[in-house]
Amino acid sequence: MNKQVALKADDAKKTADGKEFNIRDYLRLDLFPHFMCPGCGHGIALRALLWAIHEQGIDKDKLAVVCGIGCSGRVGGYIDANTFHTTHGRPLAYATGLKMARPDLHVVVITGDGDCLAIGGNHLIHAARRNLDITCLMLNNEIYGMTGGQGSPTTPRDRFTTTTPAGNREPVFDACKLAEAAGAGYVGREVTIHLPRLRDLIAGGLAHKGFSFIEVMSDCTEVNGRKNDLGSSPEMVLGQTRTMRPPDYEYDSNVVDHPFRPSGLHTGVFVQSDRPEYGAAYRDMSEKLQQGRTKP
Amino acid sequence: MNSMTGQANTVNLQGNKACALGAVAAGCRFFAGYPITPSSEIAENLAKELPAVGGVFLQMEDEIASMAATLGASMGGIKAMTATSGPGFSLKQENLGYGMGAEIPCVVVNVMRGGPSTGLPTRPAQGDIMQTRWGTHGDHPVIVLAPGSVEEIYQQTARAFALSEKLRTPVIVLFDESLGHLVETVALPDVADYEKTVRKWATGKPEDYKPYHGDADGVPPMARPGDGFRVHTSGLTVAENGFPTQKPHEVDALMKRLLGKVALNNDLIESFEAVECKDAEVVIVALGVVGRAARKAVKELREAGIKAGLFRPVTLWPFPTESFRKQTAKARHIIVAEMNAGQLIHEIAEVKTGKQKVTGLNRYDGVPISPVDIKKTVKEVLGHE
Ligand SMILES: Cc1ncc(C[n+]2csc(CCOP(=O)(O)OP(=O)(O)O)c2C)c(N)n1
Ligand code: SF4
Ligand SMILES: [Mg+2]
Repeated sequence: MNKQVALKADDAKKTADGKEFNIRDYLRLDLFPHFMCPGCGHGIALRALLWAIHEQGIDKDKLAVVCGIGCSGRVGGYIDANTFHTTHGRPLAYATGLKMARPDLHVVVITGDGDCLAIGGNHLIHAARRNLDITCLMLNNEIYGMTGGQGSPTTPRDRFTTTTPAGNREPVFDACKLAEAAGAGYVGREVTIHLPRLRDLIAGGLAHKGFSFIEVMSDCTEVNGRKNDLGSSPEMVLGQTRTMRPPDYEYDSNVVDHPFRPSGLHTGVFVQSDRPEYGAAYRDMSEKLQQGRTKP
Repeated sequence: MNSMTGQANTVNLQGNKACALGAVAAGCRFFAGYPITPSSEIAENLAKELPAVGGVFLQMEDEIASMAATLGASMGGIKAMTATSGPGFSLKQENLGYGMGAEIPCVVVNVMRGGPSTGLPTRPAQGDIMQTRWGTHGDHPVIVLAPGSVEEIYQQTARAFALSEKLRTPVIVLFDESLGHLVETVALPDVADYEKTVRKWATGKPEDYKPYHGDADGVPPMARPGDGFRVHTSGLTVAENGFPTQKPHEVDALMKRLLGKVALNNDLIESFEAVECKDAEVVIVALGVVGRAARKAVKELREAGIKAGLFRPVTLWPFPTESFRKQTAKARHIIVAEMNAGQLIHEIAEVKTGKQKVTGLNRYDGVPISPVDIKKTVKEVLGHE
């Protein structure tokens, strides 16, 4: 039996109008075939996002998808919405301007581990601090995919990349902890093998009023997998089950970490807070000023 | 009525504040910036003005983010601006190029200070003349307006919005510390027409719309998010449908239209001041604040019987080449007076058609060029004949 069909039957939730999710309704099909390598996790992330958008009943005309540069950044162009492919590391800054100018739009950012944590790290910190109503998906494949497999801020120790030819010795970022510490209202992580869970995590982010940071553990089968003998793409995806730590997981230091993933990598929703959303706070001030109720 | 001057509609205004007020008068409703001397008063004034008119003021984490947020707001459909100075202007370059390539209107103000690097934060300079032209990578269309007084700052900032909206491209407003901090009594010009100039929005059937197909003026109508067009915007080189292309003929067509739309609309863009150029033997070319010193020098030289004139480009880029040639037709000497080690002089040497001898008058010590400096140079070049 086709596993995906089974998944759909079990997990498909319907929108208010009862329409079942059909990914084709959300894609620019005329752009296919897409650029992704066979087995690339970014495609699964895209499916999860579109499914979550469907469930949330978000109107495509009111959806703005802002992307950075990288394989992750190219994903947004396939979405049948208002899509913006911006510059490397800056999608959150573009999205900040867009969301402040157009609070009526649903703003989703798709970024990569290099885009979001290296060149764009400062924007992530400040987007989380402002807590503006943006949903940010960071597709973490622990590598610079687009530029041919250089090490990134999430490349695990000893991993071979084109810029760590003797194995990586730099420590990694825990992006979720970073986002949480900086003030993001909603923070979570999920792996691509659990598509329905990933969908629900993203749906939670879309529904949350504030900055939602979602780290998607995605596999770069091509320039990461092959160089490190991580197996075929199905093997890589299955490998996620051995390395992820579900929400109820208790960390056991005796457990030997799987070489694919950094130690203690948990999944689930880590933060869900009602910190004030910045856009609303700003508009409240602006309205009072317009009515002459506050002195500038 | 102004109590100080007794004149109608006059106000005492600082250059940077005039910039902020000119922007609001032109319909600017979004500003994102990062503090830097000598431009900070623009941000400070807009922090006060914008929320009071329902606009957005954002202090971003750096100048890169400020440029990006400004473009993001404009992509959402509102008139947007950022302002900075030297080091911050350097940081904006990559995203400024994105605005030029993806054709996103916005206004970028650069209040010049001494460089290189941190340089002279509180002193004037004109060291960014070439950076405004060539700062971002690749071939790109550029419009730069260089006002020379507080009144002109107000007016040209407002005009920058109109040009930017109409031609769907970022417009740079360039002046320097001395003008930014100068307080003058000014009569605020009427900028209602600039305020009314808004970009062409896509209408009609989304199926028929090509986001990067230029109209006769070279400018494609823009799709506003939420209007049902659901287009793709990218910094990659795109075909008329807005999606990336590497086909040589499509790349070539895009580049020709992109660079051509500025040339095509030059009548609209060009602006300059010419003083006593018709019979001038010596024409001084001066930009911004140096134009003030040059105007005084020309007057005094004329009184002393020397046929001097002034050519001041208000539109710096594209340089008003044809008008410059006309105005300097009779001249034997051209003196390019600039507060840098020699930047505008290269353009002048390239565009002049006659046999005029071109001499540079340069100061880069943080002190504005004075009428005395100019008169001395004029007498030197005439004496050397
Ligand atoms: C300013 C700038 N620096 C460098 C690059 C080159 N570059 C393009 S994509 C990329 C890395 C992308 O890595 P990541 O964000 O992890 O995305 P992935 O391709 O892995 O999905 C880099 C360095 C660029 N486009 N712009
Ligand atoms: S290089 Fe890696 S990240 Fe990029 S498309 Fe291929 S598998 Fe995906
Ligand atoms: Mg990556």
